[in-house]
Amino acid sequence: MRDLSAARQGPYIAASPLVRPLPPATRLLLRGDPDVMATALGALGLQFAETACRAVSASGRAALWLGPDERLLLGPQAEFPALSELLRTALAGRAHSLVDVSHRQCALEVSGPQAGLLLNCGCPLDLDPAAFPVDMCTRTVLAKAEVVLWRTAERSFHLEVWRSFVPYVSKVLSLAARELTA
Amino acid sequence: MLLINCPYCGERPELEFVHGGQAHIARPGNPAECSDQQWADYLYRRDNIKGVHAERWRHTHGCGRFFNALRDTTSDLFLATYKVGERPPAQSQQKRATA
Ligand SMILES: [Zn+2]
Repeated sequence: MRDLSAARQGPYIAASPLVRPLPPATRLLLRGDPDVMATALGALGLQFAETACRAVSASGRAALWLGPDERLLLGPQAEFPALSELLRTALAGRAHSLVDVSHRQCALEVSGPQAGLLLNCGCPLDLDPAAFPVDMCTRTVLAKAEVVLWRTAERSFHLEVWRSFVPYVSKVLSLAARELTA
Repeated sequence: MLLINCPYCGERPELEFVHGGQAHIARPGNPAECSDQQWADYLYRRDNIKGVHAERWRHTHGCGRFFNALRDTTSDLFLATYKVGERPPAQSQQKRATA
């Protein structure tokens, strides 16, 4: 079969100084009980905590709490074979589900002093740092799309957006950004 | 916007949730022993309460979990939310309309 990967392009991103696409990454969706989570995060060199809506990250890897039995594991794109092998070995014999969703979604970064305000144009969560501190993460809605929102710094958010929603989400954000920068 | 208290995530905007129908409906242990009427009641017949109703809700655009809620159908006030498998909280633990 003809290799089309070279011709394959990422989805359209509406240009805006506040929104930028992040490079492709390894994304694994892990489901299982707290034991499974602790083992998996330990294997990845991440601190395990059961706290709801919190992300832990270290040396380019991150685990985002999405639900009591669900974590989104992120890592550099090149580490995919290593990470999946690591987890497969660590979790062998335990009831769990590990799904590669690397290409299902894309990451956007929203940053700047008005990042929270910009997101609030489409997201009803309270994004004040007191209510939504650094390292808080959650699945939520942004305008009409579902996204995973992760505050990586006081003025910076990491968004995981399903691939086909990226043109819509980036357009909504760039329109709202025009309003803010006007 | 109406805030709903997810037992896992805390107070979140209502548009992250979907309603899942009446709560605490047990499936008959042995459907083969049910009469048609009993089975139809289990499948289709639901209370239509004016007042406090125990309902299932799902935090679809959040943690994805189902949970139960006591909601006043006349005022849309959520008196309490609790995890699946738990009993509804006692009256003293429930929220009351303050107006
Ligand atoms: Zn929740």
